[in-house]
Amino acid sequence: MTGEPRLRMEGIVKRFAGARALDGVDFELRAGEIHALVGENGAGKSTLVKIMTGAYHRDAGAMWLDAEPVHFDTPADAQAAGIVAVHQEIQLLRYRTVAENIHLGREPRRWGVIDWTRMRRDTELLLSGLGLEIDPDATLGVLSTAQQQMVAIARGLSIGATVLILDEPTSSLAEREVAILYDLMRRLRAGGTALVYISHRFDELYAVCDRVTVLRDGVRVATASLSELDRPDLVCLMLGKSRDALRQGTTAFLTPPDADGRAPAAPLLRAERLQRGQKLRSVSLEVRTGEIVGLAGLLGSGRTETARALSGVDPADTGAVYLRERRLDPRTPDQAIEAGIAFLSEDRKAEGIIPELSVRENLTLAALPTSTRFGIVSRARQVAIVDRFMARLGIKATGPDQKIRELSGGNQQKVLLARLLCTSPALLILDEPTRGIDIGAKAEIQTLIDELAGSGLGVLMISSELEELVEGSSRVVVLRDGRDVASLAHADLSEDAIIHAMAEGSALAPLPPSAA
Amino acid sequence: MSRPSTAGVPPDNGRPGRVRAAGARAFSTRTAAVLQRQGALVVLIAVCVLGVVRYGSFATPENLLNVLRQNSMLGLVALGMTVVILTGGIDLSVGSLVAVAGVVAAKVSGSGMIASLVAGVGVATALGLTNGVLIAKVRLPPFIVTLAMMIAARGAVLGATAEASLRMNRTGSGITWLGRGVFAGLPVPVLIVACAYAAGWLALRYTRWGRSVYAVGDSQDAARLLGLNVDRVLISTYALSGALAGLAGVVLAARLGAGQPVAGTGWELDAIAAVVVGGTLLTGGLGGVGSTLVGILLLGVIFNLFNLQGTITPWWQWIMRGAFLLGVVVVQSRLQRGFGHGQPR
Amino acid sequence: MMRGRTSLDPTRVALGALILLVLVNAWSTPNFATTSNLWNVLLQVSTVALVAIGMTLVVSTGGIDLSVGSVMAVGGAIGAILIPHGVVVAVAAALAGAVAIGLLNGLLVARMGVQPIVVTLATLIGGRGLAQVLSHDGQLVTIQHPGFELLGRGHLGPFPAPVVIMVLVTAVAMFTLRATAFGRYALASGGNAVAARLAGVPVALTVLTVYAGSAGLAGLAGLIEASRLGASDAAKIGMNMELDAIAATVVGGTALTGGRATIVGTVIGALIMQVIATSLNMLLVSYAWSLALKAAIILVAVYFQRPRLV
Repeated sequence: MTGEPRLRMEGIVKRFAGARALDGVDFELRAGEIHALVGENGAGKSTLVKIMTGAYHRDAGAMWLDAEPVHFDTPADAQAAGIVAVHQEIQLLRYRTVAENIHLGREPRRWGVIDWTRMRRDTELLLSGLGLEIDPDATLGVLSTAQQQMVAIARGLSIGATVLILDEPTSSLAEREVAILYDLMRRLRAGGTALVYISHRFDELYAVCDRVTVLRDGVRVATASLSELDRPDLVCLMLGKSRDALRQGTTAFLTPPDADGRAPAAPLLRAERLQRGQKLRSVSLEVRTGEIVGLAGLLGSGRTETARALSGVDPADTGAVYLRERRLDPRTPDQAIEAGIAFLSEDRKAEGIIPELSVRENLTLAALPTSTRFGIVSRARQVAIVDRFMARLGIKATGPDQKIRELSGGNQQKVLLARLLCTSPALLILDEPTRGIDIGAKAEIQTLIDELAGSGLGVLMISSELEELVEGSSRVVVLRDGRDVASLAHADLSEDAIIHAMAEGSALAPLPPSAA
Repeated sequence: MSRPSTAGVPPDNGRPGRVRAAGARAFSTRTAAVLQRQGALVVLIAVCVLGVVRYGSFATPENLLNVLRQNSMLGLVALGMTVVILTGGIDLSVGSLVAVAGVVAAKVSGSGMIASLVAGVGVATALGLTNGVLIAKVRLPPFIVTLAMMIAARGAVLGATAEASLRMNRTGSGITWLGRGVFAGLPVPVLIVACAYAAGWLALRYTRWGRSVYAVGDSQDAARLLGLNVDRVLISTYALSGALAGLAGVVLAARLGAGQPVAGTGWELDAIAAVVVGGTLLTGGLGGVGSTLVGILLLGVIFNLFNLQGTITPWWQWIMRGAFLLGVVVVQSRLQRGFGHGQPR
Repeated sequence: MMRGRTSLDPTRVALGALILLVLVNAWSTPNFATTSNLWNVLLQVSTVALVAIGMTLVVSTGGIDLSVGSVMAVGGAIGAILIPHGVVVAVAAALAGAVAIGLLNGLLVARMGVQPIVVTLATLIGGRGLAQVLSHDGQLVTIQHPGFELLGRGHLGPFPAPVVIMVLVTAVAMFTLRATAFGRYALASGGNAVAARLAGVPVALTVLTVYAGSAGLAGLAGLIEASRLGASDAAKIGMNMELDAIAATVVGGTALTGGRATIVGTVIGALIMQVIATSLNMLLVSYAWSLALKAAIILVAVYFQRPRLV
């Protein structure tokens, strides 16, 4: 029945090595609602969810499911009770089919052996019942991230989930796919399922959620209906700041200097008709010194391919790259670094940090060629570099020798940025620099990017968050299907304009980028 | 992390969990795996054709049965190794367990065939179980655990026998039949292996346990989050590997008439080679019993052809085996990389 | 950030274990604490240590080298065959041959992306065959050359030549790992190869080099063995050496997954194994027990290295 509390948690405490990740948190989830759970990284959201799903044991407090007290020892227990989580990183079996994934552990049997025909049929019924057009025999790894997420949700439902937890479900989805997800969520809500929705993206929260619970530093700060709480208030609750302290707009970017019509700066990077494989068809763009150029586009439009081609990671097959009007064409990352192009990958866990090494070692890695003599590392020089950058970027760690994997996402990103800066680059290519980072660190990084551009570096920034592009860039280049289709000057820049260009931009003939 | 089976090579270094396989790459991996299995089968057929064409005595029933029988015990070991590798692990102890089982069976052989069988297989299973518990519950890497077991078990069996073979007591027991008997025209060891492979194939395909083996190899974390009892699956696979090695050891001892403490030396590497050649991925999650069967037969036929040729010294055989293995894995690696141009960004 | 229970530094534990072992043996094993015995232990451990150091560097990149035993045999065989042409030629050719195998391993791993365990398994098999073929088809090749004898049986003052070599190689390897860019590159390649490449680290070249180095050290070890024996025995030299090298590496505190390595630890690990083998031998305890103890030590060492729980 809608409105009845489905899940209730009271006084939940969870400690890790002496520190309290959760300090007496209450949480109430009603049937037939979509309940947002927000807070900065480290606020305790994922810990709370893990206690809900039985992945962690609580140290104190109580939990009721449909008014019955419950205690889960393992995720299997929670699933049996009807609580299912769909995580940000798809936790399914990539080599197995959709049908196998959905039925894992509960495969239908006939006379003791698995009945494959019935499994396929059951899967077909389930998927079509949810309005999903996915082939039950498709290998999971072949499907898009959105489809994989649908499969994860379908599995949860087929287990009989009455509580569905979605953790950052849209971080890899395109708009079209997000709409499909919302549709499904609303249908589930109408059917009485209780949903918990975790996200950093305010647009989404306001679009689809009913109530919101804010966590900060392991404590529940507020629970309110989203119709009664406006965005700035929500941000204030999350950060613990008062309204006046917030900047205008939702990002930390200041108005770019180019906006007041100064003389255009010297050209730094020029790319002409970059092409590689099928994903990158023909991209041309320009970045000038001191400029922040945003690179926008839907999933699959070729933004990361462009960035990786410019930085020698996946070099272009055809096309030309000019740095300060001299032909470059970087074919390996070290060539690009040497020329002054630095690249920050969007996946810091897989492509950024070396987890076992210390902050110092990670930070100085790219600069090794210049800080060594005859191959021998100069310890003194390294120490100086590290101290300088840790101070300047505000990297929070117990010391330069702490293992980087112990740092928060925001601090890891700062170390990686410092790594790039050590190479004295002229051009920074940043792929989703603030993704998956809490609001505080996000603001710091955005301010840093501003400062770097102000000091003369050129920046090419990929971001899926339109407000970041709108507020931070002097210009935005929009890509579609591997081609550049529009270049929006600051005066013409708005989220609508970008969306329009992404949707309507011609895929046949590339439009010449307008002069900045 | 299970074992050091990977290199510092981007991007498809085969390390479990590292590769975010989505889109074309995963599909190509599956295609490549299928191709790998068919590939090995094609090579097997080609080699057999070569054998028929070049050596008159190749296609005779005696020779073929000989090939089957000589590889039957290794085949049992490779079957167990396949299941372990499917979970993303490895079992280096199987060679030593073969010796342990053989010696134990010989020791107990006075009490009859059943006693020998139960004792030999039982001890080996217990040791395999120990491996599994150390790996699943204490969370030690499979490479190290089974390496330690390999050393310890070999040491124990050498010590217990004072490095001498232990004769089997054959009076009145059916034990010789196990190793040298014939049933329905086929040598008993071959029948045992055939049944084992059939049972293995059925179990992997048609039981929940079998599907969970594939799941654990695909991603241990995902399997756990999806509610599987990963520990139990892992322990069962190492116990099974021990059991099959034990069975191989008892049959071998029955055949030789003695339990030899040096038996099975190097079999773990041969088994791994057979599994790899057959097409099962060392990282787990893909492959199967059929692939290993092809791998065992392929390596067995090649060895047989060497023998029929007669003029190839053991040393050159080793060189050729090494080169063949290298060739196979290079081709497999090419197949895996040939497809897939990455996912959309 | 959340921190689990801290684990003890495995190398310190290993050192403590070694000291304990030596003390216990000095007290309870007759003739253990004599200079001649201690030199003997060092002498016997030197070849294992050399191979294990090479293994450690390979493991630091996240790989493994199972072929080291066979490469030892190849090194010994080439050396023995070419001795008539002089020590320098023989040694140079043997090392070159060993390094060539290492380059083969490294190329397949670094450029083709084949898994190290399979590549080095193949060279283990093929290499042993090659060593036999080179030894006049499986014969024992005796070596009679006073210059070459020095390698395995010579002395530098009171120090046996192999021990001197071991100390030198240890020093160079320690320095390389800790203080050179190459050492950083190896650890980065093992820790996260993709990230390392993006940061401009020459991953493929680094990986190629460690395999070549491992094989080179194995070749050197094979020459020392042949010199000590006075003959190259392609069937016996280096048998199971890969297991001993891996054991020493693991016991010393290097992570098999790569990204974290210690040369000193490896040498300590090798010493632990050797002290045990020697003392059990002296106590007339059977070989079987020493193997069981070896296995137990490996397990205990790895237990201390387990990833922290959060």
